Amino acid sequence: MKLPTPLRPFTERDRVFDALVPPAQRVRRQTRHGTILHVEDVTVSFDGFKALDALTLYIYEGELRCIIGPNGAGKTTMMDVITAKTRPDAGQVFFGDGIDLLRLSEPEVAQVGVGRKFQKPTVFEQQSVWDNLVLALHSDKRVWASVWFRLAPAQREQIEQVLETIGLVAERSRLAGELSHGQKQWLEIGMLLLQQPALLLVDEPVAGMSGHEMEQTAELLTALAGERSVVVVEHDMEFVRSIARRVTVLHQGAVLAEGSMAEVQQDPRVIEVYLGA
Amino acid sequence: MGLLWASLRRDRGGQVLLVLLLAAIILVPLLNLAVPAGAPGHLSAYTVALLGKYLCFALLAVSVDLVWGYCGILTLGHGAFFALGGYAMGMHLMRQIGDRGVYGHPVLPDFMVFLDWESLPWFWHGFDLFPFAMLMVLAAPGLLALVFGFFAFRSRVNGVYLSIITQALTFALMLAFFRNEMGFGGNNGLTDFKDLLGFDLQSEAMRVSLFVASALALALGFLASRYLTVTRFGQVLNAVRDAEGRTRFLGYRVENYQLFVWVFSAMLAGVAGALYVPQVGIINPNEFSPLNSIEMVVWVAVGGRATLYGAALGALLVNYAKTFLTSAAPEAWLFFLGGLFVVVTLFLPQGLVGLLRRSRA
Ligand SMILES: Nc1ncnc2c1ncn2[C@@H]1O[C@H](COP(=O)(O)OP(=O)(O)OP(=O)(O)O)[C@@H](O)[C@H]1O
Ligand SMILES: [Mg+2]
Repeated sequence: MKLPTPLRPFTERDRVFDALVPPAQRVRRQTRHGTILHVEDVTVSFDGFKALDALTLYIYEGELRCIIGPNGAGKTTMMDVITAKTRPDAGQVFFGDGIDLLRLSEPEVAQVGVGRKFQKPTVFEQQSVWDNLVLALHSDKRVWASVWFRLAPAQREQIEQVLETIGLVAERSRLAGELSHGQKQWLEIGMLLLQQPALLLVDEPVAGMSGHEMEQTAELLTALAGERSVVVVEHDMEFVRSIARRVTVLHQGAVLAEGSMAEVQQDPRVIEVYLGA
Repeated sequence: MGLLWASLRRDRGGQVLLVLLLAAIILVPLLNLAVPAGAPGHLSAYTVALLGKYLCFALLAVSVDLVWGYCGILTLGHGAFFALGGYAMGMHLMRQIGDRGVYGHPVLPDFMVFLDWESLPWFWHGFDLFPFAMLMVLAAPGLLALVFGFFAFRSRVNGVYLSIITQALTFALMLAFFRNEMGFGGNNGLTDFKDLLGFDLQSEAMRVSLFVASALALALGFLASRYLTVTRFGQVLNAVRDAEGRTRFLGYRVENYQLFVWVFSAMLAGVAGALYVPQVGIINPNEFSPLNSIEMVVWVAVGGRATLYGAALGALLVNYAKTFLTSAAPEAWLFFLGGLFVVVTLFLPQGLVGLLRRSRA
């Protein structure tokens, strides 16, 4: 007898249903020295066009990695794949001690310890700065826990500290929608910090920032790396030069070059497709 | 509790609503029972039932506001949950008739005797017991919402598409309930109720009790909804409404939050329906009509979204206007409703509450 497709999973004997799997475990940080993120042979095509073409990339524990590349190189798509927003056609993505990110949903990816800042700053505009941070706070995020959630004094302290770090102490009661573009970027970074991720993916953090704000952001991101790994996608070369230890150049969905800023700047292929332009 | 209390102190409109309800709970029984008929100030049983009906609509509006105003789910099918709660109550009232029906059958309601049915369909069993019927008032709409929401939210149906399938849901149920074979009385629905808990439904005391029960249900429904909206749960609902993707990346399983508020809201609507039926004396498939569900959204839009008390206010005002208009100029009602919706959408995006806030600021 042939079962209709929706019923077929029930006949697979080794199938484990999502509901039965315990909530994904957070990755233990600083386990052994090595890579925290393995992206291997990842391919994503949109209607035949390959946004990522067998992309292979490793991020090491505690490092600050800059990813650059011309428009449409696939930088944002790469982040979409890591955070389960886009499923690749082929390839593997492992996190920490062998967590297969391709099997997780977006919230699960967040829960195991990957935080993401979007290219376009996305904060909850109708809520206060403080409430935005409360929402981000690392805690039990299931429905029932949210219904009975109370801020513990230690958590309050944590949020105060982050407010300090992102320079929004005076803005705490204002609606996030009223903040300047740069302040929204910072608020989003603050939200990331409270999520306490082991890996931070930051898409174009200084877009719309003044020179001074940019310097502060550079300082903040540099300070963050070490305790956690930070991946920054950025167009602004000045900014990249100011923070980068190791740079990966993406082009047409694959890695074109990797090395220190000085090295990649001298790479003729890089000059041709990107820096020379 | 502390959180609820703190939020109520800031919620002016909510305070006014609760005070008005308290006043109504005291005054309406007094004016009906203590003031003799004919004396000035007497409230007739008819008026009491009418007011009670408005309160049921207000509770229904609160349930719509909870999902639409706070979570951005524009439901065009909440009438289905209201009607299911109403049918559960109606089935209990039918069983209470016992052998006093036109055909005098000891168990079967009149319409089943008329259809030559031999015995009670399985899903009518248990409804003679009041506690079971009350459980079903919550369970029937709750389960429908659970199943519907599970599939809709898991597949990330949203926006217009979600609105359309909620509308299709209530439309399908209407067609089903129109059929005699369904066993819910076909297009006549359930009616000719006699009594509830042993008290005559037509008696003044019963009318007043049902009114008080409706007022209490609205107050409790409002408080429970208010609590939900001020917790972190409510914050997440807002977050889903404004930036769903971001909410997921913070580690919230959005579909579970949507499902929870959806089922809760459906149950509130069911309670409203259950209180509505004994006060109007009938429930029929027209309650599932898509138009009804659209009307509910208009109430909320008129009162002001994402305020809860505004939704209640909108339901009261629009229904008062409806009672007035449908007796003065019945053909005009639909045009009025449509016009109202256009005016509110174009000129009063925050509804009457927004207007009040602006005039005070
Ligand atoms: N959902 C989609 N459907 C079709 N094409 C897409 C989709 N998302 C991305 N693309 C295409 O994939 C390519 C890579 O896009 P991506 O956003 O990853 O580039 P990027 O490196 O982040 O560019 P930018 O520097 O402009 O942000 C682009 O050509 C884009 O048009
Ligand atoms: Mg991009």
